[in-house]
Amino acid sequence: MIYFDKVSKIYPDNSVALENVTFTISPKEFVSVVGHSGAGKTTLVKMLLAEDKPSEGSVFYGSQNVQTLSKKELNELRRKIGVVFQDYRLLPYKNIYENIAFSMEAAGRTDEEIEADVPHVLDLVNLGNKIWNFPHELSGGEKQRAAIARAIVNQPEVVVADEPTGNLDPVNTYEIVQILKKINDLGTTVILTTHNKGVIDSLGKRVITMENGRIVRDDKSGRYVL
Amino acid sequence: MAFFSTNTRRIVKTGFFNFWRNGFVSLSSIVVMIVTLSVIGGLVFLSAILNSTLTEIKNKVDINVYFVTSAGEDQILSLKKTIEGLPEVAEVTYTSREEALVEFRQTHANDEVTLQALDELGDNPLGATLNIRAKDPSQYEGIAKFLTNRTSLSAGSSSVIDKINYFQNKTAIDRLSRIIDSANRLGLVVILVLAIISVIITFNTIRLAIFISRDEISVMRLVGAEQSYIRGPFVVAGLMYGAVAAIITLILFFPATYWLGGATQNFFIGLNVFSYYLKNFGQFFLILVGSGALIGAVSSIFAARKYLKV
Repeated sequence: MIYFDKVSKIYPDNSVALENVTFTISPKEFVSVVGHSGAGKTTLVKMLLAEDKPSEGSVFYGSQNVQTLSKKELNELRRKIGVVFQDYRLLPYKNIYENIAFSMEAAGRTDEEIEADVPHVLDLVNLGNKIWNFPHELSGGEKQRAAIARAIVNQPEVVVADEPTGNLDPVNTYEIVQILKKINDLGTTVILTTHNKGVIDSLGKRVITMENGRIVRDDKSGRYVL
Repeated sequence: MAFFSTNTRRIVKTGFFNFWRNGFVSLSSIVVMIVTLSVIGGLVFLSAILNSTLTEIKNKVDINVYFVTSAGEDQILSLKKTIEGLPEVAEVTYTSREEALVEFRQTHANDEVTLQALDELGDNPLGATLNIRAKDPSQYEGIAKFLTNRTSLSAGSSSVIDKINYFQNKTAIDRLSRIIDSANRLGLVVILVLAIISVIITFNTIRLAIFISRDEISVMRLVGAEQSYIRGPFVVAGLMYGAVAAIITLILFFPATYWLGGATQNFFIGLNVFSYYLKNFGQFFLILVGSGALIGAVSSIFAARKYLKV
């Protein structure tokens, strides 16, 4: 489903972010990408979303080369991928309902769908009671759950979570990982980048380990080894 | 179609929200636009004043052809016909010797001495005249030349033309032509420069408004919103800046032109800007609302482009 073919990314100042990275992700897989800060995890995510172009190699989504898509096709691709960030990126002056409705509106969904789906998806991440609150009234874990709700509300094929637990305490981290597992169980491919050893060890899923822009391990049922 | 109208409604709604939410930025955009539109409106007034003044002066310029007293009426009328045939000529008025005498008596009605002297003469000492008006001041030269050529041609036999007063006015007319010309050119340059400056300032203000919304734009891009959907609300807000600024400017013009009305009427020949404004309000409305909306929308489109790069 997702295929990185010998992808390298070298920035103009000659710093190497990715070097000859090749791997495949199958549908409904749960893949963790681990590594120290600067190992190339976030660059990997950017390549997949076509936010940045590789210097060499290609990224494929299905049969499409992501880098050769037209703007319209790229928009369609992005609607198939839900993204969660470490810093949540909720819009501060919209309440939780509006934040999620906003992404559905942008994807061109109808008002009826929005009214039906938003409460439903918030129940799924246990935020049903905070639907009318604003982001600043929520804890870090709650904000991240709202961000996950926003990422999955358009029923994407893939959810990419880039360091979603980076700012959270162990209890909230655990909850977020459980939600991601639940999403994966419902049939969505999940790509999780993290440097949290506990998270990886508790998952028992595939782990890609990166170091200095290269893949150093790719274990079917991996543990955090660095 | 249903998808399209839903999208349009959302774009308009979001545009309104952006407008209200970024109150201070909206306010500053509007203030800048008011200045821009006042400049544009002011230029409309200026060109109206200039044009009406010039028309007034133009109408005061003419050529008088004085005929000798012995000239026969049929000769004069045939010359009048020839002159009327010239493409540059707007109007030719014939004043016969008798009419000239009546006019003379009227102007000197209270001047007994002159009237007595006139009566002493017994005969009518006044010649007939042709008053010629050209369509454009620059054409007087050609008409005058035509008349002198004619006079010199018939000089051998018996010239009926006594004198042509154009050559006395020539220097004044020349200067006027030059003033009209350079005033038009200068006006055009001033309009262009001011319009460009105003557009740049407006553009930057709107860019600030969009910069504030960059997080929102990045989230929209990540969920795969169409470019037009992202840009739409900013264009709507830009249109609103323009429309609101135009309406405020239109309202401000009422006291401004009222206050200036008397002064302009005295200074420039006969044009009262207040009554001109009232008479042409529809035109002002269209120009100001139109250019306000255009500047707002175009500035928004260009300013949003920077944040829409994929």
